Amino acid sequence: MKDFALMMIGAALVNNVILARFLGLCSFMGVTTRIDTAAGMGLATTFVITVSSMADWAVQHYLLDAFGLGYLRTVTFILVIASAVQFTELTIKKVSPALFQMLGIYLPLITTNCAVLGVALLLVEGHMSFLNATLFGFASSLGYSLVMVIFAGLRERLALADVPRLFAGPPLGFIVASLLAMAFMGFSGISTG
Amino acid sequence: MTANYKTIVKDGLWDNNGVFSMLLGMCPAMAMTTSATNGFGMGLATAVVMAASSLLVALFRNLITPEVRIPVYILIVAAMVTLVDLAMNAWMHELYKVLGLFIPLIVSNCLPLARLEAFAAKQPVLPSFLDGLFMGLGFTIALTAIGAVREITGNGTLFADASLLLGPAFKAIEMRLLPADTGVLMMILPPGGFLVTGLLVVVKRLLDLRAGKEIQMGGAHSVA
Repeated sequence: MKDFALMMIGAALVNNVILARFLGLCSFMGVTTRIDTAAGMGLATTFVITVSSMADWAVQHYLLDAFGLGYLRTVTFILVIASAVQFTELTIKKVSPALFQMLGIYLPLITTNCAVLGVALLLVEGHMSFLNATLFGFASSLGYSLVMVIFAGLRERLALADVPRLFAGPPLGFIVASLLAMAFMGFSGISTG
Repeated sequence: MTANYKTIVKDGLWDNNGVFSMLLGMCPAMAMTTSATNGFGMGLATAVVMAASSLLVALFRNLITPEVRIPVYILIVAAMVTLVDLAMNAWMHELYKVLGLFIPLIVSNCLPLARLEAFAAKQPVLPSFLDGLFMGLGFTIALTAIGAVREITGNGTLFADASLLLGPAFKAIEMRLLPADTGVLMMILPPGGFLVTGLLVVVKRLLDLRAGKEIQMGGAHSVA
């Protein structure tokens, strides 16, 4: 139990997907202008990453390893992820039409969010068990959502500030993200994930 | 519209630079720029994938129906990435080990996909190939620049280990600019990546402003 908890904290906070591993930066800069879209994106991505972690684990063990097809990993994983995104889209449309309306265009684009493929490749390279892999995927995506929401909050305030024109927009966003990354480095004492 | 080759080259290398203007492909631009050599290698791998996939998409652009174009593009990019992945593993194994995860991740890099959608899907083969190539080289320049700044400030060296990663011929460009142990470790760590990228975007805006050009405020607001 303690191992699982440490592993999850490690995946969510210490080796945060965005701030330590640099995955999913496009969505990090793209959809964090408002807290509610950032939270919705975090939620949808969490779902996709968890589902595709499980699916990719199964594909890796029962298909690629079993038949010695390791070189097809990149191609098959991206197909699995695209299907997982499609599945998420159908599920959300059925379960919560309101959320579906809110996420709209962002949903299909999760396919090219490198956090999804990155987490899948990380858990395959880490030789994890199925339970470990699922929890790792889930915890990583929670860390992703957390940082998305924090950064969106910061940017909502930044949008009101009067800043030099040269720094306005993305550059200041990067500098703020740099400070946020420094803050998250404080977690590195907790575990080695 | 007949493409103007000079514009393609200029757009790719500077005016519409993938990292500093369009803010696409940020993940490898920060993760793989702990040194100039890593950035250079990562950029070249991406450039090869971009040139090859732009060429293929332009070649088949009349066969690909609009409804299924995105999955087709992704599969083409994924196939090219697999080729680069295997080739680097075979012939540039040291560099391959350093870049690791981020070679397969070129598939989900938004920059190749953005160029396929915006350019190669509508243009003839040769301009598309050149666009992919020069966008990729612009990406290489950006990554090398970010890597160089981080390496000089963080470690005091420039192109360290180039001979090990790229081949013995690159021994000559290995440099030590500052005495050992004077670097600021933070620049090599993740926060430095964000900081240097942000500052270099400002530098590019400043240079564009000096040249009398309109500065791009937002970049392409990609959400991918």
